[in-house]
Amino acid sequence: MLNYIKLIVLGLITLFALIAANYARDLAYLVNALLVAAAAGGVFLWTLRQTGEPVVKRDLSGEYMDGVVRAGVIATAGWGVVGFLVGVIIAFQLAFPVLNFEWAQGFLNFGRLRPLHTSAVIFAFGGNALIATSFYVVQRTSAARLWGGNLAWFVFWGYQLVIVLAATGYLLGATQSKEYAEPEWYVDWWLTIVWLAYLAVFLGTLVKRKEPHIYVANWFYLSFIITVAMLHVVNNLSIPVSVFGSKSVQVFSGVQDAMVQWWYGHNAVGFFLTAGFLGMMYYFVPKQAERPVFSYKLSIIHFWALIFIYIWAGPHHLHYTALPDWASTLGMVFSIVLWMPSWGGMINGLMTLSGAWDKLRTDPIIRMMVISVGFYGMSTFEGPMMSIRAVNSLSHYTDWTIGHVHSGALGWNGMITFGALYFLVPKLWNRERLYSLSLVSWHFWLATIGIILYAAAMWVTGIMEGLMWREVDANGFLVNSFADTVAAKFPMYVVRGLGGVMFLMGAIIMCYNLWMTVKRAPAVEATHSAVPAE
Amino acid sequence: MAKQPQNHSKKPEVDTTGHSWDGIEEYNNPLPRWWLWTFYACIVWAVLYTIAYPAWPGIKAATPGLLGWSTRANVQAEIDAAEAANATINAKLASAELTAIADDAELRTYATSAGAAVFRTWCAQCHGSGAAGVAASGYPNLLDDDWLWGGDIEAIHATINHGIRNEEDPDARWSQMPAFGDILAKEEIDQVVNYVMSLSGTPQDASMVEAGSVVYQDNCAACHMENGTGDRAQGAPNLTDAIWLYGGSHDTLTQSVTYSRFGVMPSWSNRLSEAEIRAVATYVHQLGGGE
Repeated sequence: MLNYIKLIVLGLITLFALIAANYARDLAYLVNALLVAAAAGGVFLWTLRQTGEPVVKRDLSGEYMDGVVRAGVIATAGWGVVGFLVGVIIAFQLAFPVLNFEWAQGFLNFGRLRPLHTSAVIFAFGGNALIATSFYVVQRTSAARLWGGNLAWFVFWGYQLVIVLAATGYLLGATQSKEYAEPEWYVDWWLTIVWLAYLAVFLGTLVKRKEPHIYVANWFYLSFIITVAMLHVVNNLSIPVSVFGSKSVQVFSGVQDAMVQWWYGHNAVGFFLTAGFLGMMYYFVPKQAERPVFSYKLSIIHFWALIFIYIWAGPHHLHYTALPDWASTLGMVFSIVLWMPSWGGMINGLMTLSGAWDKLRTDPIIRMMVISVGFYGMSTFEGPMMSIRAVNSLSHYTDWTIGHVHSGALGWNGMITFGALYFLVPKLWNRERLYSLSLVSWHFWLATIGIILYAAAMWVTGIMEGLMWREVDANGFLVNSFADTVAAKFPMYVVRGLGGVMFLMGAIIMCYNLWMTVKRAPAVEATHSAVPAE
Repeated sequence: MAKQPQNHSKKPEVDTTGHSWDGIEEYNNPLPRWWLWTFYACIVWAVLYTIAYPAWPGIKAATPGLLGWSTRANVQAEIDAAEAANATINAKLASAELTAIADDAELRTYATSAGAAVFRTWCAQCHGSGAAGVAASGYPNLLDDDWLWGGDIEAIHATINHGIRNEEDPDARWSQMPAFGDILAKEEIDQVVNYVMSLSGTPQDASMVEAGSVVYQDNCAACHMENGTGDRAQGAPNLTDAIWLYGGSHDTLTQSVTYSRFGVMPSWSNRLSEAEIRAVATYVHQLGGGE
């Protein structure tokens, strides 16, 4: 019976998507409508083939739901490589503008590829990593199978559809022009549905947990899921120009719109890239180190301090703009107060290793996690520092910001995700160990040196360009034109591109290593996926 | 650091909380003191800072802060100070005879550095930050002595003041070459293009030059002059000097003759002060080609 309802819904979606494609007012909308029709039609056919087949009822409650985590691991690694590759391409497009080929204008020029890069790494790579690890962690630490049956699969595939719709939309010119919130209204609607399903699966699993307490990693994951839902809905309030077109108009305007956007943008960093990944850190670091978490008390205090304070720090993105001074002050003050709560996570991560420091010599995965927490500490110091108005007047609009973001994204988010993937793949595919630890070491060093080249190049260009912009002669006249400052950055742009190439190479080595782990590494008995008895 | 790392695990440990999730336990360690005190210090600093600076929003307005600090007042004060510092010399520059600026060392030095800043801010987008223009794109090189509308200080000043072929300024310099694609046959255009190429170099097809010369005299000489040296009064370029605004190849010349060109420069009189316009005129004049 359920299958018939599904078939009716899917059939209607396919039909409406095709009608929408027929009336499409722009190319991005047309392509997206066809993609939706193809996706819904595909699921329709798949459901149709299942319908009427005898169903073998099996009690799965004694088994963790790992299939969706495996799919998430593959998606994370795959989207990671895509995102890093696009990053390398746009880095070289900045160094060598001739790479914005004439034939590719309007598809593959810097302006179209840049949001593709940021969304691919944050939402496709980072988002899949968060969904996959949260599904893994919440099951293990609750000793319960994921709630909601195949709803977790809906979350996974629904999220991939968001990514594909957003990416094709960017390339064809559909964008809200809000940083990190570029997807247009219908993608926003779909993501809202998928995200609520994600929240339901996660909460449902927590509710039916067999452990008396909720583990700290799950506090962070839950805060990430709830806050991102709120941020996403408020920042994407917009009215479509036509139901058959991708363009929409924001509800807010002017400085209010800017403030909502950076309230969103900053907390995308705070809750997506910080809280969510701290959830990852709180599970994988103690597991890999086989040591208890350093301090329960610290985890409570820094969790509540972090999520209470982070949400107010957004105005520091709008210093010296039309934003009123009072809002700018509050944004800066909350950013400074945020310093210690952020560092609480670093302390808990690093100190968990006390007693296991010797593992740094032998275990490249631990090394990856440690350097990740190190970059986390560095970025969460640099961030508050850059939020100070006097520092910001130099750093704002320069490449220093880009360097800051990347030492956080490549160093912290990238490295902790790599560590988690190396931890997960042998367990998920029932392998005794990874295919090669020396390849992990190669990945570690390539990525680390790549990040350092990247961040150092951007610090140099950022500070140089900030100083050049404000340089005046004795009469108070500007000394440099903007184009002069662009020209001066060329050598560092090449270095940055090379850093990106190294980081990308490391990720490709990881994919090979994980692939060979699944293919070649010796198998073990499949005991890992069993829910422990009460 | 001298301790062997293995010894750490042997030292007496604090208790764990007694919880265990998938084998993960948690120590009952207290908050690190330095962490806690730094956190407190940040909070105290935050409170003091928000008292000193505009911070807490109320119903009608936010607290202004004890220091009376305001970004808008600060930037206005900086602008006022810079303008006051240069007020005397700006007044002198705005009222001096244009031709006398170059002879007054103080005015010339000031106008050149002020003009350079104006140029980098407003003019570099098209003419390049080094003023070399953009080859073959219609943005003239200002370093050479080839001038479309005149290269003495008064002519440069007038061009900057009113601009070229813009709708906003009735005094803008204005002229328009016809699109000869509507007037001449393809064959004739080909001929005249070869003739024009022969004026400063080698034509693509020498056999067409003679016929092209006739077409030129009938259609082009009125503006570009019989000998091809152009006419600054109407911005008609010199065709004999091998300096090309849109390129001198057969293809680009054919394009120019067939469809004509319409290069626009904005009027700056509404955006810049008289002193700034004079400064940037002086700057351009001294770049190398000034007459």
